[in-house]
Amino acid sequence: MNPQQQRVVSVIVNGREYTGTVPTRKTLADFLRQDLRLTGTHVGCEHGVCGACTVLLDGQPVRACLLLAVQAHGARLETVEGLAAADGTLHPLQQAFQQCHALQCGFCTPGLLMTLKAFLQENPAPTAEEVREAIAGHLCRCTGYLHIIAAALQAAAQLRGERA
Amino acid sequence: MSHRYIGASVVRREDPRLLTGRGRFVDDLELPGMLHMAVCRSPYAHARLRAVHLEAARQSEGVVAAWSYADIADISRPFPMFLSHPALKAKMYEALARDVVRYAGEPVAVVAAQDRYLAEDALQRIVVDYEPLPAVASLAQALAPGAPCVHPDVPDNVAAHFAQSVGDVAQAFAGADYVHELELRMQRGCGHPIETRAAVAQYDPFEETLTLWATIQAPHRMRRALAALLDLPPQRVRVIAPDVGGGFGPKAQLHPEYVLVALLALRLRRPVKYTEDRLEHFLATSQEREQLHRVQVAFNRDGTLVGLRDTMYIDVGAYTPAGVITPLITQTTIPGTYRLPHLHLETYVTFSNRVPMTVVRGAGRSQAVFVMNRVVDHVARTLNLDPAEVRLRNFIPREAFPYDVGLLYRDGKPMIYDSGDYTACLHKALEIFDYPAMRREQEAARRQGRYVGLGMATFVEGGGLGPYEGAVVRVEPGSGRVVVHSGAGTQGQGHETVLAQIAAEVLDVDLAQVEVRTGDTAGLAHGMGTFGSRVAVLGGNAVYVAAQQVRAKALRLAASLLQVPPEEVGWENGRAFVKREPARGYHLGELAHVADIGMGFGMAAPHPEWEPALEATHYFKAERATYASGVHLVAVEVDVETGQVRVLRYVVVDDCGRVLNPLLMRGQVLGGVCQGISEVLYEELVYDEEGQLLTGTFMDYHLPTAMEMPAVEVDHVETPSPLNPLGSKGAGESGTIPAQAALVSAIEDALAPLGVRLYEFPLGPRRLWELIQQARSA
Repeated sequence: MNPQQQRVVSVIVNGREYTGTVPTRKTLADFLRQDLRLTGTHVGCEHGVCGACTVLLDGQPVRACLLLAVQAHGARLETVEGLAAADGTLHPLQQAFQQCHALQCGFCTPGLLMTLKAFLQENPAPTAEEVREAIAGHLCRCTGYLHIIAAALQAAAQLRGERA
Repeated sequence: MSHRYIGASVVRREDPRLLTGRGRFVDDLELPGMLHMAVCRSPYAHARLRAVHLEAARQSEGVVAAWSYADIADISRPFPMFLSHPALKAKMYEALARDVVRYAGEPVAVVAAQDRYLAEDALQRIVVDYEPLPAVASLAQALAPGAPCVHPDVPDNVAAHFAQSVGDVAQAFAGADYVHELELRMQRGCGHPIETRAAVAQYDPFEETLTLWATIQAPHRMRRALAALLDLPPQRVRVIAPDVGGGFGPKAQLHPEYVLVALLALRLRRPVKYTEDRLEHFLATSQEREQLHRVQVAFNRDGTLVGLRDTMYIDVGAYTPAGVITPLITQTTIPGTYRLPHLHLETYVTFSNRVPMTVVRGAGRSQAVFVMNRVVDHVARTLNLDPAEVRLRNFIPREAFPYDVGLLYRDGKPMIYDSGDYTACLHKALEIFDYPAMRREQEAARRQGRYVGLGMATFVEGGGLGPYEGAVVRVEPGSGRVVVHSGAGTQGQGHETVLAQIAAEVLDVDLAQVEVRTGDTAGLAHGMGTFGSRVAVLGGNAVYVAAQQVRAKALRLAASLLQVPPEEVGWENGRAFVKREPARGYHLGELAHVADIGMGFGMAAPHPEWEPALEATHYFKAERATYASGVHLVAVEVDVETGQVRVLRYVVVDDCGRVLNPLLMRGQVLGGVCQGISEVLYEELVYDEEGQLLTGTFMDYHLPTAMEMPAVEVDHVETPSPLNPLGSKGAGESGTIPAQAALVSAIEDALAPLGVRLYEFPLGPRRLWELIQQARSA
């Protein structure tokens, strides 16, 4: 196998189409960060445990460090940069994260937001235990998670149209 | 005053950028022509370097440079140490190993290539001829007779030996009802911020300036070290710590990779980036926690502690980048909240062939708190007294403050506790916990055959460590925007918010009018950094004093412009006005304008009394450390068939002096507790007999997830520090410091019916199950 072999990759990221040529060995995380300059997706462990690099691929959370860019060819991707509304209004998850102090250094946060976005679409009225389970694939060293759980529940309520 | 922010739960101003993917982390930085560095690391814990063959790597695609020690020999020298100590045989590494490698992971060669993939390809083509040497792989091995030597001129592997005494221990022991001996152990762990270490260096020949962007906690310290190591004048070195993805201690240390990236940029005249991967972080980023304590404690029948002897062994690994900071902190943190008139504390620091030990959140304090609280629990169990009662009988009383412990702390100054109320903290925690009810529940659970236990730990944390931290507070002419520069870098603590709260309250302006910049040596000439729970204390008070100086200056200027005596000028909403005629006055921006050009508002000539520039720089000096304190109370249930521990309740009462932002304070406590629990139940660095790390991935070294984190109830007692105007003490580490001790106390209490005694952490399921089996078969 030639590690330098190049392939054309076309993806739709946050509603915008990108086409580029990448080495077949390049990870999706590196493609997003380096080629598309979408640096909101972070790389924390490069072995699929910490979850910081989580993005949505056709609506499902995936670890961008464990996928090659070529594997995303033809897919619709969502990253943290696409979470807020076009006018800059923060997504309810982003608002709740700020209000509940659910982030400190903010490095793991983009991955958590993407997982929670998909999770709340699937389960709009979760219990705290269900939120814990949903984010169990993410490592955060700063917060001790409790404020993240509170933020997810608050955002869920807001998304359901209830007053938080 | 209409803008009250100090003490308010203000949400963070740094959040919007971090929540929308617009954070500015080092690896996000992309510069034209940038090269990527990869590091060739020793696979041996101890070996002689016979030869490093770089020819093939240099021919590898995209490679611009490949260096071993020979290529930097003209400039390379041992790194400067942060703090020296007369008892220490200091050993410092160089940027690349010269002729001997002393830990697995030590940098042997570097490659700079067009991208990281190509740089790693080239690493595969480096051939190093090693002659393996016998390794010292543990603390026990370092001390064993006939052990190999890590450094030939330190034949006994003892890097330092020092002691401190208070009172007369021998006499106290002779008169005590009981003298018992205990041995306690802790294993190595690491900080593991989710962002690994990263750096970008750029040399600008036009400005003749080297700029380093790095994921670090102490930019000024880095600048001093880089200038010294690269023969550059410090004013030609700029170090910036932008958004940093967690610190926890190791990022305050000077590691070889930062110097390598700077040296490559300097010599190749191209920007160079290095981003450590997680496996390198396990191997090559400094660690902490491993210690062994042999304690003799003298106590009386009523539970009073009479005296204590502790001989402590602590391993620093292969080199001493943090000197004896951690050993000194542990040594002096032993007495904690307890009155111990007779003390003898002896410390042996050893070398081994492992990555250096520096600091991890808590920095030696957790181990001391563990030792002392296990001792107190031992006394309670021996005398069949309640552990809370034994603590209350031995606390330093409220009226004894300021309390001189009789030791010298790690800042070299007398350890004098500034303020505190340990009894109030414990009472409050017991009340929140509803201790008597919890004891009844425990009894009921035991009758059902369940192993439920209650545990507690109290602590004192010397923080707010000197010598100083500075701040610039500057008002922009016209707009009146207030710009605050703080020297200390930020790694998620919320400094941009808390420092803005302080400036906004002092100047009585809206928070939105204040902008805080941190972690840039260009913002402030001098600085120390973020470690030792010091930023709220020193950085916060520096902002407080500088903002007051700005306000005083603005008032004087307004008085002269308004032609009234200064005492007749009022201040509200960032505006100076004549008290009798509030309509006559000037806004901060107008005053800054006058202070900028010396005239304005119809004045033809500069006012004779004008003072230029509406700004102030203040370096807040720590007279001594501040001493935060608190208590953690825990309830657990242990499954004796599997060794699994479940935390049922967790209560924290913390006294960090005046709380500047309760919301952020709670965040610090929760994160700290999570880390402390994890060090008992999940995290352990295991090395084999040859010094090879066996737990080098997140699959083998477990960080806790949301599933493992229990609910935590947090409350406060506030005894403001008399040592600074804000009354603050450190808060960044207090969540971690007593957590290991409190949790182990609860686990031991749960297993009391089996007679299990616990004098160590970690205590993962396997180890706990082993101890349960031993107790059952005994």
